[in-house]
Amino acid sequence: MAHFTKATSVKDWLNQRLAVEKVEKVMMSEYWIPKNINFLWAMGMVLVVTFALLVVSGIFLLMYYVPTTADAFYSVNYTIMREVDFGWLWRHVHGVAASVVFLIIYIHMFTGIYYGSYKKGREMIWISGMLLFVAFSAEAFSGYMLPWGQMSYWAGMVITNLFSGGSLHADGLVEWIRGDYVPAQAFLGRFFMLHVLLLPLAIMGLIGLHFGALRIPHVNNQDGEEIDFDAEAKKYLDGDKAGSKVMRFANDFMSKDMMVVGVYLIFFFYLVFYNYGFAMDPVNFDPADGLKTPAHIYPEWYFLWSYEILRPFSIDLGLILFAFAQVIFVLLPFLDRSPNTVPANRRGLFAIWFWVMLANMIVLTAMGKLPPEEPFSTIGFYSAIIFVAQWLLLPIITMFEKKV
Amino acid sequence: MKNKEPIILAVVVFFSLVTYYLVEPYAHHVMHKHVDSENFAYADLPEVTKTGDAVSGQELIMNAGCAGCHSIEAAGMPAPMDAVMAAQSYGVNPPDLSNAGAIYDAKFLSSLIKNPAHALKVEHKFDEAKGQMHPMVAFYGMGGDIDQEIADMVAYLQSIAVKSEEVTPAMAFENACGRCHAVGYENWTQLGTKPKFKHEKDSLAYDIKVMEYQDSLKAYMGKLPPDLSMYIRSRNEHFLSTFIENPQNHLAGTAMPRVGVTAESAEKVIEHLKDAGDPKRHERAAVGMNVMIYIVIFAIFALLWKKQVWRDLH
Repeated sequence: MAHFTKATSVKDWLNQRLAVEKVEKVMMSEYWIPKNINFLWAMGMVLVVTFALLVVSGIFLLMYYVPTTADAFYSVNYTIMREVDFGWLWRHVHGVAASVVFLIIYIHMFTGIYYGSYKKGREMIWISGMLLFVAFSAEAFSGYMLPWGQMSYWAGMVITNLFSGGSLHADGLVEWIRGDYVPAQAFLGRFFMLHVLLLPLAIMGLIGLHFGALRIPHVNNQDGEEIDFDAEAKKYLDGDKAGSKVMRFANDFMSKDMMVVGVYLIFFFYLVFYNYGFAMDPVNFDPADGLKTPAHIYPEWYFLWSYEILRPFSIDLGLILFAFAQVIFVLLPFLDRSPNTVPANRRGLFAIWFWVMLANMIVLTAMGKLPPEEPFSTIGFYSAIIFVAQWLLLPIITMFEKKV
Repeated sequence: MKNKEPIILAVVVFFSLVTYYLVEPYAHHVMHKHVDSENFAYADLPEVTKTGDAVSGQELIMNAGCAGCHSIEAAGMPAPMDAVMAAQSYGVNPPDLSNAGAIYDAKFLSSLIKNPAHALKVEHKFDEAKGQMHPMVAFYGMGGDIDQEIADMVAYLQSIAVKSEEVTPAMAFENACGRCHAVGYENWTQLGTKPKFKHEKDSLAYDIKVMEYQDSLKAYMGKLPPDLSMYIRSRNEHFLSTFIENPQNHLAGTAMPRVGVTAESAEKVIEHLKDAGDPKRHERAAVGMNVMIYIVIFAIFALLWKKQVWRDLH
């Protein structure tokens, strides 16, 4: 057993038991961050803030939400929107944050791809990040079921149908997932559980893993520079704060994080109060009706690109390519054969690969929402082929990349 | 080192806005046909050329038998039968005419009296040649100049109605829409506002009456007209306004009649739907402003803090 002495202060008392000073150093003041990074490196903090907004607003909504097919729609649109003080505010915060969190996730992802932040020891950061993306996707989808509007019901119908596996006709699996032949009470109940318990737990665990994965390889920087963190940290601690290439996480980088968060929150609350329509689809304000299919069924915007990889093909090929699109990003660290951990603009062909990937995913996103008619179907078809081809080409073009 | 942040921000904003434009305004523009407002002019109906006389209008209304189906509470004429029985007879409960002169367009009323199915744009449902008669019998005249007689009747209806500025959003909705559409969130049924009952038995008895009414309505319209509680969110203002103006423009062949409200009454109907489906809109505007002010101040302090911390780092 450790030796305890009479504490001289509250801090000392805590220090002897919890090593708070050590924790503070490890997590904050001696967690070293390179100086040559830009505001895109603050997206992690922006995501933490957005996730916190989701959790807090979700807790308030959970107090009044009723997870039954008879009362879900009413509890959301009447009880929460009309009766509960500021219920409308929590719902709009929750709905807008659920949409905006994906915008930030995509910015965060493409930042990682552009600067090569998944390479050379940072593979686990990337993989845990992609697992978070999957968990957030499941969280978003399960949450979308809860208001039990027309889009909840029909999106639930379409997405669970994917598990029949096309020609495999695994209808038993679909029924097992739904707990019924169609989305009904059993379906709503289990997606409610997933949304408020299991998936948030998984997300919190994965966030811990994601942060932990960052610890040993350190944060990447915008110049592809290899920094000797121990030497630079020593320089900083010896008083040469301006000359050192690194800075403390707190308060040095955190002050910049907060500045970016401040600007982000202006944008976020503007959306919450004045432009929330994009995050709350009008069709979902019609109560679920199994006898009335909406004219257009489409997922929320952040799933559209993968939906469009499914849609232009025959069912079996579509499902295979859809599955390909879901997992391929996870494999990025291993498909990129280049030895360079530098920004894409210094990597020759990879720079073209990056911008084409970004632009093509925006095209896929747009075509995924537009009705499947000409010319959108043809554009979507070729975009989906370009997407797959790009991933098949990636190992080849990066293998021949010159060392910079 | 050159500061690249402005250009990086420009790139992020550019791609975000392109994506937003494509999935929101552009996609909705492709998916939903745009219907222009006709300014509630009812241009397809003939102009009213005669000036009506309310006194002779009153006499005509008595003699033409309007009150055989319609109540005119303002003139002390009650409904000849209750709403459930009226719906069984006509499909839908005929409206009380007390404020018809204020809620509905005069030109529309004139055409309606003369040829209901035509003014209501339900001739695809009620074709006299096939023996499909509209439940409202057309007025064939009392022997004089029929256009003058109709002008007199409309003048009478206008004379007994409240002033148009006294029409409340609820009045406009209840008269023009509320005999077919329930608004559950406003406690409105097709029979009117559901009263508070002390005993559950009475409450259930009321519900049964509503269901009986709805059965007739279903048979008459082909399906039960939807509850409009959340329509201000599930549709939008422009859609609702142009739909009310002429349902056929949006949904050709629909059983919903053109109800012929004035532009002001249509605005009031929409106001009522906002009260039902978006009652916190004023609070949202007020709270929104305060939150924006707070968050801008927060951002300024965050910026100053960053500047202070980073002074030593360069």
